[in-house]
Amino acid sequence: MSTSALDSRAHAVPPAKPAQPTAEAQTAQSEFVMPAGPGALQRWLSRWVVPVLLPLALLLAWDLAVRWTGTMLVPAPREVALMLWDFAFGGIYDDAFSETLGTHWLQSMARVYGAFALAAAAAIPMGLLIGKNATIRRVVDPTLQMLRPVPVTAWLPLSMIFFGVGPNAAIFLVFLGAFFPIVINTTFGVKSVETRLFEAAAMLGCTGTSMFRQVVLPAALPSIFNGLRLGHGIAWFLIVVGEMTGVPEGLGAAIMDGRMLSRTDVVISGMVVIGFTGFVTDRLLVALNNRLLKWSPQHNV
Amino acid sequence: MSDPIATRTPAPIIDIAGVSKVFNLNGRPIHALKDVDLKIRKGEFICLIGASGCGKSTLLRIMGGFEPVSTGSARMYHAPIQAPGPERGMVFQDYGLFPWLTVRENIAFGPKQRGLPAARLREISDRFVNMVGLGKFADHFPNQLSGGMKQRVSIARALANDCEVLLMDEPFGALDALTREVLQQELLDIWAKTKLTVVFVTHAVEEAVLLADRVVVMTAGPGRVERDYRIPLDRPRCITDPEFNLVRRELTEMLSSHVSLPKAA
Repeated sequence: MSTSALDSRAHAVPPAKPAQPTAEAQTAQSEFVMPAGPGALQRWLSRWVVPVLLPLALLLAWDLAVRWTGTMLVPAPREVALMLWDFAFGGIYDDAFSETLGTHWLQSMARVYGAFALAAAAAIPMGLLIGKNATIRRVVDPTLQMLRPVPVTAWLPLSMIFFGVGPNAAIFLVFLGAFFPIVINTTFGVKSVETRLFEAAAMLGCTGTSMFRQVVLPAALPSIFNGLRLGHGIAWFLIVVGEMTGVPEGLGAAIMDGRMLSRTDVVISGMVVIGFTGFVTDRLLVALNNRLLKWSPQHNV
Repeated sequence: MSDPIATRTPAPIIDIAGVSKVFNLNGRPIHALKDVDLKIRKGEFICLIGASGCGKSTLLRIMGGFEPVSTGSARMYHAPIQAPGPERGMVFQDYGLFPWLTVRENIAFGPKQRGLPAARLREISDRFVNMVGLGKFADHFPNQLSGGMKQRVSIARALANDCEVLLMDEPFGALDALTREVLQQELLDIWAKTKLTVVFVTHAVEEAVLLADRVVVMTAGPGRVERDYRIPLDRPRCITDPEFNLVRRELTEMLSSHVSLPKAA
């Protein structure tokens, strides 16, 4: 169509004014240059250096605070670093904690990601159903909202009765913690799909289950991802409590042992490993999120 | 003046007979439409015009199958309209594009529902992407497009699904004047090239006079058809012609005589 080219240009540049005398027009043209973007160094700094400034500052503050107060109860960062090395590879203290980090770490990861996957597998379909079907919503929602504010730690005794002493109780607690944010965000995502999109899809011949797959699911995906990120954070958050249930291995168990033995360096080492692992997994979720939701600038985090 | 419609088939494609529509607003009945009769023949370009609240959008949504009638009947080729369907393509003012699909995928959405193979979908989407001049933007997402471009995608999406009737609900109402003019012209080109029947809701008199074969003037409280007015102008029409101005004035007078509200300042 001949007019379309003209129109798409009209979107790019505001309609030109009537031509001015030549000299003026020329200066106007030479002024029309691309503003310089940030340089390579500046981009490198803002991408890799700026984000680590605050953690470094906190590390420094921690170190200075320990030195100035002369406390024996909190180890300095250097001692924690040594402990982390010994925890992972041994050769420094050679005690019960040496070289055990790998085992604890793998055990905790298996529990956290296993419970998280279970929670996602249960909560996403459930959220889709609750969001789509008003009857199901009326049946399930009050119970859900009643259970949600109950702290997961309050479930600890019951979970030990249900699942006995051991990893299953820990998995149950993590599952419970991750379940609620996922189910609630999924429900919200489904409920807030614009009616207009259903109308458009129906008008184009889309019906029934196909509507669910082609409209509801993609439209709710941003909210589902929000739920997954929240749930994942909570899963790591709860692993220490979960592993209080008397499991021998796991980062939470190691932290509890460290507490009993007044080994604050073990406690802090466990905290560092949990924080770092959670951070890396969150980055992976964000990368997946950005890949799947590249259509939505609001959800590119 | 020659009448281009006379050469087209006279069978009504859409038949609205004695249609009333009552909405339930918190237990209070709202009469949106009362005893509306309207026959639309194949290939006609109809504009529904009237002040807000006259039920013109409701009437269009009934034709689209989005609203059931309270009494009376809405038929397409003698079959009652009960649900939305691909033979009646709808173009919404707010576009209704799927934000997670690219321009090409949005356009191919309808054909995809019919289970066409990927190669055929590609062929169809290519054709309609180019038809509305968005070749360079085929792989963009809707939120990367301007309003005018989104509305082109929305039109192409309805056309790509082989709709026979194009129902348009103030499609250019949210666009700037320049873009609106271009799109009006493109719509007329498409209408001339295809055998499409268009029902176009607007409240702009000039737009109605420029586009329509027949302008259906509606009034509010309850919504009904006040006049069914044939535009006595040859195509292509030019908005600066004196005849065009006469028709526009006539239609404006027809409309304003029914607006009981005091004039806005």
